[in-house]
Amino acid sequence: MVVHYLLGNEAIAHGCLEAAVDVACGYPGTPSSEVIDTLRMDPDRACKVEWSVNEKVAFEEALAVSWCGLRAICTMKHVGLNVAADPLMTSAYTGTKGGFVIMSADDPFAHSSQNEQDSRCYAGFARIPCLDPSTLQEAHDMVRDAFALSEEFSLPVLFRPTTRICHSKSDVKLGKVMISERTASFEKDARQYVVIPAHTRVLHRELNQKQPALKKRLIELGYNRYEIRGKTAVICGGVGASYVREVAGHDVSIAIIGAYPIDEEWLREFIGRHEKVMVIEELSPVIEEAARQVSGFVPVYGKITGHVPYEGELAPDRVCEYLHAAGFETQITYQPVKAPAALPVRPPILCAGCMHRTAMYAMKKVFRDGIFPSDIGCYTLGIQLGTVDTTICMGASITVAAGMSLAGETRDIVCTIGDSTFLHTGIQGLINAVYNGANITVVILDNRITAMTGHQPNPTTGLTACGVATPAVSIEAVCRASGATFVETVSPNDLVTFIDVLKSARSLKGVKVIIARQPCVISEKRAKVIRGHYTVHQDLCIGCKACIKFGCPAIELRGGLASITDLCPGCGVCVQICPVGAIGREVKE
Amino acid sequence: MSFDVMIVGIGGQGTILTSNILGKACVIEGIPVRGAETHGMAQRGGSVESQIRIGQEFGPLIAPGTADLLLSFDLMEAVRAAHWLKPEGYIYSGREYVVPTSVFMQDLPAPTEQMLLEMLGDRPVKVISSREIAEEAGNVLTQNIVMLGAASPVIPLKKESLLEAIRDTVPPKTIDLNLKAFNMGIEAGKK
Repeated sequence: MVVHYLLGNEAIAHGCLEAAVDVACGYPGTPSSEVIDTLRMDPDRACKVEWSVNEKVAFEEALAVSWCGLRAICTMKHVGLNVAADPLMTSAYTGTKGGFVIMSADDPFAHSSQNEQDSRCYAGFARIPCLDPSTLQEAHDMVRDAFALSEEFSLPVLFRPTTRICHSKSDVKLGKVMISERTASFEKDARQYVVIPAHTRVLHRELNQKQPALKKRLIELGYNRYEIRGKTAVICGGVGASYVREVAGHDVSIAIIGAYPIDEEWLREFIGRHEKVMVIEELSPVIEEAARQVSGFVPVYGKITGHVPYEGELAPDRVCEYLHAAGFETQITYQPVKAPAALPVRPPILCAGCMHRTAMYAMKKVFRDGIFPSDIGCYTLGIQLGTVDTTICMGASITVAAGMSLAGETRDIVCTIGDSTFLHTGIQGLINAVYNGANITVVILDNRITAMTGHQPNPTTGLTACGVATPAVSIEAVCRASGATFVETVSPNDLVTFIDVLKSARSLKGVKVIIARQPCVISEKRAKVIRGHYTVHQDLCIGCKACIKFGCPAIELRGGLASITDLCPGCGVCVQICPVGAIGREVKE
Repeated sequence: MSFDVMIVGIGGQGTILTSNILGKACVIEGIPVRGAETHGMAQRGGSVESQIRIGQEFGPLIAPGTADLLLSFDLMEAVRAAHWLKPEGYIYSGREYVVPTSVFMQDLPAPTEQMLLEMLGDRPVKVISSREIAEEAGNVLTQNIVMLGAASPVIPLKKESLLEAIRDTVPPKTIDLNLKAFNMGIEAGKK
């Protein structure tokens, strides 16, 4: 046993290695991405690691690995589980052979997400076990043991860490990495693997029959446990349990729910030993509803009574406040804090030299009155540039554009989607738009990498997750094969040509595809591409702010004139924007 | 009770690396530690924070008004995060001040360096010329290590543990550079 200071996702990845996982696959999504990233970067790994094109693909591959008798994990963020929900629901029926763990990382407070959904509800919906760690050590231990739990019940196990587990750090005790000795062998059994109605009715009954033993087993394994300390009690789960342990009074009993489904008898017995209980959990009232089913005359405080919000994330001071409001004792009292000083905000922005800014700047120039459906990626930051009018979920740029066209919207509809998102769930929308005669312009922002989640390679990169060369997918060929006739590829850094192509698209009917291709500036920096800096000739600058309004973080206003900082990666776009030719290459004296 | 440190700056200034050094130093000393970080899109040039709780066994989050130390790599970010500190908490901030791009784009009023210093109030504040010191150490990118060195006397970890954690954390080729920056930071913090 060794102790390391690790990120939650690194600890989870190590737990997988200790379980001798055979295959890990997933689609990047904050806060889940570093599990696969850690595994793929590990030079000693014995398992196979893959970035898949979307979560449904990753899920189905991992399920098949399990059916071949091997251990598999697939990782995704919570909304990725929506994409994989179709196989999820029925994989509970077919069951598994080798251990199969689905990691769906939830994001209370939507730090980096489009919603705050609770994956525990999916586990209840599918009737599969769900493990919900309250600390990083527990996350590590749970995922390590989850494969055996999956094998014991022949069920997929949903492992649900949250942002404050995945992206927290702590000292974590690690065990030994184990090497799998399993070999893949699929044993045909149509009654298990072919879910025609006659089979699936039987499988559904079998799934339901597994439930009572499963609930008991989760208690035996110690995932759901309590400590009686007084007449009042808090029932908590997930990272919220850590906050409760930090702030709850010494005489308040604590029950920690680390796994679902919760055994009702066990819960009834715990609640029955108290005069009142409070439930502290993030997002949906999953524990609270279970508690209410068995609480009898014992009052239950929580979300349903208005003491804990349904949205957002917990924190020690908030837990303290909720406990006080419901009349529970705490060992800490926090003093009110003065509001922070009013300052100009510093939101995340597109990098200096990022092609998304340039592409969107050009779109705004050419389509002044346009509508701009967009998608999920770094380019969603284009909201600051006025070129992101809608974002709902992965792949919903082309479909929303086509829907607006179908509705009869007469303004130009210009949608943006990144390379990885296009391959994730954008292609179907494009095929549908061409098939049904939509009138839209599709700008595919192709920077050859899945950038926002930490630069994971994808099929456009030409490298697999583990760095093996692989043929890069041709986005042009995919678009042409879908039936689009206007398919043009151009780098937005060549701003003048890019604007010309946008104008051509504007003049035509039908589905026009523009592939805006320019590698991500961060990838270029890592590959040591050097372009030199640009500089503003102060004697030529007229202070018109045309370059300032472009919004590049490398351009500042100093004494009324523009100035370029050392953040400049040399894309050269500002040179093309300056109306008086005041910007040029920096020449070292 | 843990010693809670709030590390703030702008995405790319090395808040995560700095908190990793503190975390590893805790492991070296056998002290429990918890940390929380900003990952994902929020890192793209925006305000970022790393919370680190030395000696903490429970959660990673610090409550506002309770941090023992605020370590900042930018003056404006120090002001933005000052409410996290308890009244007697220490502030160590770099003299760096990057004006947010939004100020230029939207023509917003921005405070001057002097105004920011005044907004930090009458707390124990040390403002360190981190850029100049880092440049003198050999690389402007070591400002975070300069600041860590400056604040290190108030952090309940041994200097040897911090030095070992730095060696273990930074790229091997930059170890000497970073150790130099750390030691220069300690000297600057004494002034």
